[in-house]
This record gives sequence, C-alpha cells and structure tokens, in this order.
Amino acid sequence: MLDMQHVAKVYRTDLVETHALRDLCLRVEQGEFVAVTGPSGSGKTTFLNIAGLLETYDGGTYRLDGEDVGRLSDDARSRLRNEKIGFIFQGFNLIPDLDVFDNVDVPLRYRGFEAAERRSRIERALELVGLAARRHHLPSQLSGGQQQRVAIARALAGEPRFLLADEPTGNLDSLMARQILDLLEHVNRQGTTIVMVTHDPELARRAHRNIHVMDGQVADLKPFQPSAARPAA
Amino acid sequence: MLAYYLKLAWLGARRAPVITALMILAIALGIGVTTTTLTVHHLMSSNPVEHRNDVLYAVTFDNWDPNEPWDEDRPELPPGDVTWIEAGAVLNSDVPDRKTVTRGVAFTLEPGSGVGAKPLMRDGLATTADFFAMFDVPFLHGSAWDARADRDAEPVVVLSKQTNEKVFGGENSVGRTVRLDSRDYRVVGVLDDWRPTPKVYSPSSGAFHEPEDVFVPFSRATQLEMQPNGNVNCWKPEAIGNFRDFLQSDCVWIQAWVELRTPRQVERFQAFMDGHVARQKALGRFPRPLNNRLYRPDAWLERHEVVQDDNRVLLGLSFAFLAVCTLNVVGLLLAKFMGVAGRTALRRALGASRREVFRQHLVEVGAIGLVGGVFGLLLGAAGLAAMRRLYENYENLTQLDFATAGLALALSLAAGVAAGLYPAWRVCRVQPASHLKTQ
Repeated sequence: MLDMQHVAKVYRTDLVETHALRDLCLRVEQGEFVAVTGPSGSGKTTFLNIAGLLETYDGGTYRLDGEDVGRLSDDARSRLRNEKIGFIFQGFNLIPDLDVFDNVDVPLRYRGFEAAERRSRIERALELVGLAARRHHLPSQLSGGQQQRVAIARALAGEPRFLLADEPTGNLDSLMARQILDLLEHVNRQGTTIVMVTHDPELARRAHRNIHVMDGQVADLKPFQPSAARPAA
Repeated sequence: MLAYYLKLAWLGARRAPVITALMILAIALGIGVTTTTLTVHHLMSSNPVEHRNDVLYAVTFDNWDPNEPWDEDRPELPPGDVTWIEAGAVLNSDVPDRKTVTRGVAFTLEPGSGVGAKPLMRDGLATTADFFAMFDVPFLHGSAWDARADRDAEPVVVLSKQTNEKVFGGENSVGRTVRLDSRDYRVVGVLDDWRPTPKVYSPSSGAFHEPEDVFVPFSRATQLEMQPNGNVNCWKPEAIGNFRDFLQSDCVWIQAWVELRTPRQVERFQAFMDGHVARQKALGRFPRPLNNRLYRPDAWLERHEVVQDDNRVLLGLSFAFLAVCTLNVVGLLLAKFMGVAGRTALRRALGASRREVFRQHLVEVGAIGLVGGVFGLLLGAAGLAAMRRLYENYENLTQLDFATAGLALALSLAAGVAAGLYPAWRVCRVQPASHLKTQ
C-alpha cells in the first residue's frame, strides 16, 4: 500500500548536487509500524517527506494505495495528503494562537466536513489522547508531551490510513517519550499504519520492523511480521 | 470557509498589530484622498436629470458675429443662450410637449412685519410653468403656477424651502402673500429640498451654485422690465435706449429648453428652428451659416465643460497616490506573509491546497483593505468638510453620497486584493517540507 520503487531525489544548487535518495525501494503494508533509522543526512527525512507527499521525487515510482502519486497534480496531492496521511513532527508544529480544539480542527477544515462532524471527530481524537478537558488551552499552556498529544490528535482526527512521524519524541523527556510511544502503539493496534523516523534505538525496537537508511538507500530491511506474531507492547 | 478565513485574518492582525495598522493606514490614506477627489468629480460629472436625458433638449441658435465665432476654441458652437426673440419663438412653437425659458432675476424680499425683520436680497428665476415638470422639481406644498399665470403675467411665486422657512417659518404658505420689490406676490408653491448638481438648466450662471430662492413667471419679469441677473452677451453695437430695445436686440441672455419625446418630434423641432432662422435671415439677422443645435442634458453639461481638466488631473493623481499606497502595502504584506511561511507550510502539510492558501490570504488582505476603506472614508469625509469650509459656493460638490462611499469601499477592497495578489501567490508556493523542520 506504500510502495516505493527505485525512488531518487537530488537537491541541486548552482554548485552542488546532493543525492538524498538513490534507488530507494520500500514497501510498507497496511497495519505495519515501521521505524526508519539511520545517521543524520542519510535521507530519512527526505524519505518521510516524499512518503507524505510533501516533496516530489526525481526518479522511480511511488504508489500510495495503488495510486501513482508521481502523476498527481499539486491539488490532488494535497487532497490525498489530507485524506490519507497524518503527520507528527518533532517540534509538534502546533499553531500558537489557536487553542487545542482549533489546532486539531485545521486538517478537518480542508477536508470539507460539516461543523457537527468536525466537532465530533475532534472530541473523539482529544478523548483518545486524554486532552478533552484542555480543548480551550493554547499550546503555550501545555507541556511538551501534551503538545505532542495534541499533534497526534490532529493527525488522527481525519482517520488517516498512514501516520508519518518524524522524531516524535525527540523533544520530550524519557517519561513523556514512553507515553507518546504507548499512544502510537495503541493507534497502530486500531489499524493505522505508522512510519516513524527516529534516531532512538529503543524506540525503533518497539516498531514491528526497522528500516535502516544509509546514503539514501535502504541498507537493512527486515520482513514484516503479521500482527498475530507481533511481540506484546 | 469564509468565516474561518476571516477568523484567521483576525488572528493574523492580532499577531502583527503594527504591520497591520501600517497597512490599514496606507490604504486609508489612499482611499481618503481618492474619496475626496472622486466625490467632487462624481458630483461634477453627474447629470441630475439623467432619467429625462432622452427627452429634454437645450435649444441654441447661432445668431452670432459672422467674423468671430462664439467660442474661438470651438468655432462650431452656437451661443449657449438665446435672444428674447428666439425665446418667444420657442415658447410659441407647438412641436414640443413642453417648453420653457429661464433667466435670472434679483429681488428684494420683505419678510413681513416681524420685529427686526429686514429686507433680504434673493436670487430668482423667471421661467414658465413647464419648467417645474420638465426638471422634476419637487414640491413640499402647492404646485407650479398654471398656463394662465404665464399668459397674463400674474404676480404669483414659488418659493424655495429655505426661503419659505425664512419668511413663513416653514409653514404651508400657499395662498399667502410675499412682497418682492415692493409688490405683492401670491405664493402658489413651496419647493421641497432640491439641489440639482450641476445646475443643468443654467450651468453658465454657476454650475455648482445653489438653485434660486424665488421663481416667478417669465412674462411677469418681462412685463415689469426686470433687469437680467446673469450673463448678457452681445456681439454688435446696437442702439439700446430702453428695455424694449434690449428685448429686440441680438444679445443672448435667456436659456431655452424643450421636451421632445420622439425622434420625429426632434426632427420637426429642428425643422421649426431652421425655418425660424430662415425667416430671420430674410429680415437681416443671423449672418452666420445655419447652425441651430439641440443638446441633451449630458451633452449640454459637456459643452459647458462642467468637469474641468484640473479636476480630471487631480483625480488621476489621487489614483496614482492610491497606487503608491497599494505598492507599500505589497511590501508590508510580503514581509508579513513570508514571516509566517512556516504556518502556511504546516497548513499545506495538513492538506490545504495552494488555492485554499491563496484564498485565505486574499480574504485577509481584502479584510485589511475594507477596514482601510472605512478609515479612508472617514478621512475623505474630513477632507470634504475641510473643502466646504474653504469654498462656500461648492457645498453641493462636497457631500459624500452613498454611491461614492460604496465605490470607495469597493476600491479599498480592490486595492487590498491587488496588493495581496503577489504576496498571496508567493506564500502559496511555499514548499511545506522546507519550513516544517524549522517550525
């Protein structure tokens, strides 16, 4: 369902060409929890940006749910992103002058839902991350962990098939990081596919599968374990 | 989504109050200046009888000097006014549905026996009963005099609302008597508020002056040999020993209007004018080639160059100023939008299309433009008030009307959107991935 074959990405300036991804081949099945690891500059974030349709690529093919995204217009990519993909960023990326409720509302606005539907989804998502009581708080009134939970609620409110997380615990202390990871595992058990970029080996170990990226290529690919065979969280 | 975009615009303004205030100020200044000049231009170039433009005609005859045209710069033009002889011919024609002639008179009005009541000098208009219907003059009390009053030169009068308030305290004075030049006149009508701008029936006597205070039958003014209170132009030396001589002279001093409802009527009246001139030529008058012209009100105002070139230049300059203000707003908007490009990138990552981002920012600049427009209208109103203080005779031209206010708001919206097009386009091209790490 997330299928990249021979994907390449080159960043060009007047003087330098940087090959961020070279011939990257990767397939992520429905319901997987995949950790992408690798050293800085290895191409992890580029991979995640391309997977999340935030960037285009220069070679190869990328099919998302069978759809060749390379052929899509920018508008169509935006729509696909909005409907199928949820993002969690290291820096939370909440909008500071919107309260919790309105932050979670952002992707739903672009989805075109009616107000009642949006409200219901936001309440469910905030309930899931345990922040229903703080819906009118501004991000600045929340701890780092709470802010990341708001970001997760925002990512989940649209009920995406994929959750792409870029160092989701990178700015959190270990206790909060564990809570967030517990939450991600819970979300994954509900059926959402998660692809998480991380530096943290401990986090990576909790994923079903680790993909090590080196020099823009997949260096180590472990097979997907069906859910029945997954280790207990 | 409009309400959502407006909410985001409000949050954007709160986030950057100084830069937002600067943008509002820039647009307000541009709109204020534009509103002021636009109001003056709009009123100058308006036609107060636009709804009758197809049926009213000013009548002109070219009885002027064979060696020197009436207007050196536009030699094809006949004089704007007519002689007493031609005025009589127009009144005697049976072609028009309605016809009228006007000329200025001045009266000493005795306001009555009240203590301290002093005589008042008042401008008057000597005309015929049809004048009021032809120019849609509104009445508060009574009506115009009748045809018999015209025929018999009856001492009847129509008062302006202001004069009626001055003399009769605003009461219904129809049937009462007012003394003009030590003669009694019976009031037959009192006008409601009436301020034709420009004064289309007589632009040469001050296109933007107030209409007259007192209206009497043209025949009455002639019978009493009242001196004209307005322009009198003569082109040849004539022995004018008395008022009768003056009436028979080739001096032009009367404005003539007819109401012609069909093209056939226009043709017939043109033929009537040409026939009249042919007969006058036989009597030794009208030395110039045949050149009788009928003007519709809009053409009449254009002929009198009611909108002066200076005003057009000023209007152009004010729009140029608005453009400069708008350009300044472009710079401010670029700084504002690109300053929060990270948020835009986030919205794009969360599914906003470029079109939605573009619309969101256009709504924001439109709102800024409209707020600037409201403040600009206030500045414009202040500018017009200052003009009223400076130029007494131009009060008519310095009234902000709904049409101009609406236009100013539309302009402010357009200026805002125009200023925002490029910054909104720039920000909607933001690549999400390049900003999200730095959010």
